[in-house]
Amino acid sequence: MTESSSMLAVEVWRGAARGAFQTFRVPRRRHQTVLDVVTEIQREQDPTLSYRFACRVGMCGSCAMTVNGRPRWTCRTRVSEAARDDGTLRLEPLRNFTVVKDLAVEMTQFFDKWRDARGYFEPGANRGGDFAVVPPASAARQAADAAIECIGCGVCYAACDVVAWDRDYLGPAALNRAWTLVNDVRDAGNAARIAAVAGDSGCQCCHTHMSCTSFCPKAIAPTYSIAGLKRAVVRAALKGGRR
Amino acid sequence: MSAVLFVAQRVTAAILALAVAVHLATILYAVRGGLTAGEILARTHGNVAFATFYAVFVVAVAIHAPIGLRNIVREWTPWRGVALDAVLAVFAIVLLVLGLRAVMAVYA
Amino acid sequence: MMRASHRQPGFVAALLHRLSGIALAIFLPLHFLALATALDGAAALDGFLAVTRMPWVKASECALVAALATHMTLGLRVLAIEFLDVRERTAAVLSGCAAAVVAVGLAFALGVG
Repeated sequence: MTESSSMLAVEVWRGAARGAFQTFRVPRRRHQTVLDVVTEIQREQDPTLSYRFACRVGMCGSCAMTVNGRPRWTCRTRVSEAARDDGTLRLEPLRNFTVVKDLAVEMTQFFDKWRDARGYFEPGANRGGDFAVVPPASAARQAADAAIECIGCGVCYAACDVVAWDRDYLGPAALNRAWTLVNDVRDAGNAARIAAVAGDSGCQCCHTHMSCTSFCPKAIAPTYSIAGLKRAVVRAALKGGRR
Repeated sequence: MSAVLFVAQRVTAAILALAVAVHLATILYAVRGGLTAGEILARTHGNVAFATFYAVFVVAVAIHAPIGLRNIVREWTPWRGVALDAVLAVFAIVLLVLGLRAVMAVYA
Repeated sequence: MMRASHRQPGFVAALLHRLSGIALAIFLPLHFLALATALDGAAALDGFLAVTRMPWVKASECALVAALATHMTLGLRVLAIEFLDVRERTAAVLSGCAAAVVAVGLAFALGVG
């Protein structure tokens, strides 16, 4: 296939919650990524198209959007792999987020849920003591390390059906981060954190569809982190009953 | 509240895993060549072990099923809140009453 | 075109688990009522059981036994992932569950037919 011998038909969502798909034609190029395509459309054909990207090398997660029904990073998605058999691409904003415009979504609720799940470190009162010793090979640290690489791109949240069904559900990313902190031996806030993830919108909403695990670009498995939280919630509930 | 419901559902799930395995095995054994009331009742009349087993089964189901339905209704319909919980509590009692009545019917 | 997340084996498992649960929840009160007809004596229960010899009823019974087997096997999958930290992500377990359900359904159908 020579460079300009074929064209790509790209259906792009325009608008916000209400809108329509607009089709653009972009020349197919070798090694083209979906981010290349969107950028070409915005720079050469329609400067009013809104979308996000930053690093373009698969480190920041800003370029996440829905490509042919799958939430993924456009900078790490080759057109050759993603295009349908008839040579078309359909680009939509991430599911489960409020659309700001076109392909850009509002991330506030996503990060509010991190806060609500207590996905932040609690140092505790004892600041004057010596450095904490955390053996990297310890079970708790290995559990935390397996989930720690999350960069908050929102792909798992977009993939999650339960978030689509229950907008209050904290979601895989927030719960995954909470799990890393549950396993952080330095953290002093786990009683409150487990209570935070045990509510009606907490870890028990997960029904192990495992879409989050399947789509995570960092190969994190939020499903297993959430399973760990479920065990922690049960332990806390059973202990609480014995008080 | 939710943590309690979650624990209750998972604990009853484990109990039901055993109970259902036994029940399925019993069904598969008992239906061979057709089923009559006489056959069922001959097995169950005055059988304390049987009655106890099925009473536990009924209690576990009466807890497990409404909690599962609660998740489904809250996720697939707009209905949630105290009214839903009340209706499901009533359903739990209905299952409990009908179930224990059925156990008594074949035991006594 | 089916949404990508709906082609996950975990979604199929969860959906079958949920639908079989709904079927069982609807069936159970009827099952209890049927058994309680024995309160009026064996003859009353037999009268009801006569109904169960009709083919469409037998087919529904097979479906319910299959629903019970489905709900149990997929429930065991959930319990294993949640409490035994089983790292299952493929369709292999789902296929195993389906095989078990078919086996149980067939055993029932052959026994009762």
